[in-house]
Amino acid sequence: MSNSMNLTLKVWRQDGPSENGRFETYEAHGISEDASFLEMLDIVNERLTEDGKDPITFESDCREGICGTCGVMINGRAHGPQFGTATCQLHMRKFADGDEIVIEPWRATSFPIVRDLAVDRSPLDAIIASGGYISVNTGAGPDANLIPIPKEVSDTAMDAAACIGCGACVAACPNSAAQLFTAAKVMHLNLLPQGQSERWTRTEAMVETMEEFFGSCTNHGECHAACPKEISLDFIAWMNKDYIKSKVKNRKLASQT
Amino acid sequence: MSLLDSKVPEGDLAEKWTNHKFDMKLVNPNNKRRFSIIVVGTGLAGASAAASLAELGYKVKAFTHHDSPRRAHSIAAQGGINAAKNYTNDGDSVHRLFYDTIKGGDYRSREANVHRLAEVSVNIIDQATAQGVPFAREYGGLLDNRSFGGAQVSRTFYARGQTGQQLLLGAYSALMRQVGLGTIDLYPRQEMLEVVKKDDEACGIVVRDLVSGEVSSHSAHAVVLATGGYGNVYFLSTNAMMCNVTAAWRAHREGAFFANPCYTQIHPTCIPASDDFQCKLTLMSESLRNDGRIWVPTATDDQRPAGDIPESERDYYLERKYPAFGNLVPRDVASRNAKTVVDEGRGIGPLKNGVFLDFAEATARDGEDAIRSKYGNLFDMYERITGENPYERPMRIYPATHYTMGGLWVDYHLMTTVPGLYALGEANFSDHGANRLGASALMQGLADGYFVLPYTIGNFLAPRLGQDPVSTSDPVFARAEAAVEDRTKKWLSTKGTKSVDHYHRELGKMVWDGIGMARNRAGLEQALSDIPELEKEFHANVIVPGSAATLNQSLEKAGRVDDFFGLAKLMARDALEREESCGGHFRDEHQTEEGEAKRDDENFSHVAAWEFNGPDTAQTRHREELEFENVELTQRSYK
Ligand SMILES: Cc1cc2nc3c(=O)[nH]c(=O)nc-3n(C[C@H](O)[C@H](O)[C@H](O)COP(=O)(O)OP(=O)(O)OC[C@H]3O[C@@H](n4cnc5c(N)ncnc54)[C@H](O)[C@@H]3O)c2cc1C
Ligand code: FES
Repeated sequence: MSNSMNLTLKVWRQDGPSENGRFETYEAHGISEDASFLEMLDIVNERLTEDGKDPITFESDCREGICGTCGVMINGRAHGPQFGTATCQLHMRKFADGDEIVIEPWRATSFPIVRDLAVDRSPLDAIIASGGYISVNTGAGPDANLIPIPKEVSDTAMDAAACIGCGACVAACPNSAAQLFTAAKVMHLNLLPQGQSERWTRTEAMVETMEEFFGSCTNHGECHAACPKEISLDFIAWMNKDYIKSKVKNRKLASQT
Repeated sequence: MSLLDSKVPEGDLAEKWTNHKFDMKLVNPNNKRRFSIIVVGTGLAGASAAASLAELGYKVKAFTHHDSPRRAHSIAAQGGINAAKNYTNDGDSVHRLFYDTIKGGDYRSREANVHRLAEVSVNIIDQATAQGVPFAREYGGLLDNRSFGGAQVSRTFYARGQTGQQLLLGAYSALMRQVGLGTIDLYPRQEMLEVVKKDDEACGIVVRDLVSGEVSSHSAHAVVLATGGYGNVYFLSTNAMMCNVTAAWRAHREGAFFANPCYTQIHPTCIPASDDFQCKLTLMSESLRNDGRIWVPTATDDQRPAGDIPESERDYYLERKYPAFGNLVPRDVASRNAKTVVDEGRGIGPLKNGVFLDFAEATARDGEDAIRSKYGNLFDMYERITGENPYERPMRIYPATHYTMGGLWVDYHLMTTVPGLYALGEANFSDHGANRLGASALMQGLADGYFVLPYTIGNFLAPRLGQDPVSTSDPVFARAEAAVEDRTKKWLSTKGTKSVDHYHRELGKMVWDGIGMARNRAGLEQALSDIPELEKEFHANVIVPGSAATLNQSLEKAGRVDDFFGLAKLMARDALEREESCGGHFRDEHQTEEGEAKRDDENFSHVAAWEFNGPDTAQTRHREELEFENVELTQRSYK
């Protein structure tokens, strides 16, 4: 049978983007170890609500670790203590009875707090809009088997494409850099034959849009440690290589016209 | 004559779509920018539609209540997407995919729509591949296929266990490209709360900004809803937390007929609920049934660990009842049988709410490594959630609500009964009849968005060239905004004692008990008397803390749960009136001697589409007769 535990939560509360925030303490009693972390917060929220208090705002959707909506700092770690696990997939059996748990929103100036634990991650969408696509209008694609793609290449592209866009990499980084996210998105497309035509313009545009919003990477590797999909740091190295090359290639292309 | 004109074109089934594309009116490329289109929803259906329409030159406004288009529930689809490519040379064809889909839907869908779906399925794979969707490949570099959901051919394309994610990221990248080009205005964190009509045609929507609380109006020449399914009416389902019926329900209240609400799909292999606090169930891929054996103890209330129960005291009930298909019977049959044994008191696990899915025999036969390589990540996911190691003891599974076949009624053009209002993807009722086949929802959403709507919408718009959209200062918009504001005020001022989640959970239990896997008259009548009672209490006693001027999740949920109440009542009525069993709709009164679903083709070979008659009057049931000219109706048998 499942055991139940009593926890003390210290939660960041902030009423709006421009309000001052504060920590508040809540006792979470009788939590089953089979509950997920977010279910634990649901229980706390239901109690707060029925006491007429404002529940803690936090975001989630799929609760299966795939949509990237959830994500909070748990005791200072993005998505909490379990490696390769999004907040929604973390279960209370990873904690012990009597624990104090500190819960904060993603901390990054480029992710302004919307309310409590919810932040605005729209700069990640801006990076995609600047070049994270292959320009092919609907109906224009050739037969899908026209271009064979070696399985290894396709598998590596898939490793990059597995990124769920949760922003944990940014939150974990001491510089709030978005290199891991951007590299995953750039390299997914740059590795594939379909992505070659726009390879250099894409890389330059996406990296530069990233730099408009986010800090610079100094190779700490905290991003990988926090990533629920365990995206490899190699992609950052590849992206950097492509970026340097893009500076030359794009100039060359420009001078040809 | 029926009010419902399906607008299915004349001619041979296989020629209909081709000919119709030629017959429809076109909007000249230079004139497309003179039309504006609102797309609500940016899942597979909405993102693909918005991107394709913008590429054609239309001015598009795309809305989502998520913080980013990429979060839509489509992202969670695991298994794959069907297409009649016949890359495996195993006898697939457009006609076979058409036939399987019609049969799988238990002969309750429109032939012409399903055939079109099968035709365009092949284009979807080409489009997605061109966008860079990393589908699984063989060593030769060509695309890999697998068989899925009991199909006799391998026609399912997949990207690891993340097919929905990859297809959505493809559609989202196309959408964001247009956002970058300035042809789509994107409105994230905006919830559509009203469809607005002028002179009986859709002219726009009212949305609430979920962060600032601001209510605003948007007008356009046409409105497209791609807002997903309503499985969360059961509270517990495999759907994401934010899935809801609000957009479709608001459209219904404005005159869009709601079709076949009782057709819901229950997936047999989900992780059983572990406690009352649970709000979401997790799907375990159906592929597990290829190697796992399903059983329960012969005796009731047997709480011994699985390993202590001898073979002679186990009931492999699917293998016993269906020797030909065994553990691979279709979803509805597997689900219903699990319910039967649990209802008999033979359920297993701490809450006695599951059945075993046992890999011991497969592990002994193929070795643990082989099992690990096939199902490794599923086993890991199971362990993460339950804390139990499925290599050592059998998994516990139980059915859960997964998909809703019912939805807004649409004609062949995907237009609802409100002119200018379209519905795509899971939000419409179109192609799956009474039961959806595995890997067909992704196909349908993308077919609608990439390859159907961009053609059919021109036919509606062309004659309207030169007309401006209705101004948002028109009183029709003011009225709709006031309605939204009034509801908001009402929720905030009720100040009762129970949370919105409390009522959602209670409603879900009623819907599951009365309109779940097996339905009967008494249970449905019970639901029809209990649900309105609970609804009254909800209105009188709910508490929504906070204000309307900030992100307020309780407030958002209150509106959604309110609409679920309306839908639940309609589901019960629809299930009651459909005096037959078909697909996901099983009526205890209508079964064969062996306990299988019994259709009544003579009286129920039709779509039931419900017309809203005002808040205090019951909806009217209309029929669209289904005609089958190309397939012969047979009774399914899996013995
Ligand atoms: C766990 C799981 C696994 C699945 N696996 C498969 C599979 O392997 N193969 C398959 O074919 N199908 C599968 N399905 C089904 C399939 O994923 C869905 O049917 C399909 O993705 C629905 O797509 P959609 O675009 O219609 O809706 P959704 O993806 O649900 O998108 C709805 C959109 O509408 C928006 N929205 C909703 N309401 C509002 C509102 N009021 N205002 C503003 N915006 C709103 C949302 O923000 C979202 O953008 C699976 C489903 C589940 C639950
Ligand atoms: S809620 Fe979707 S990843 Fe956590």
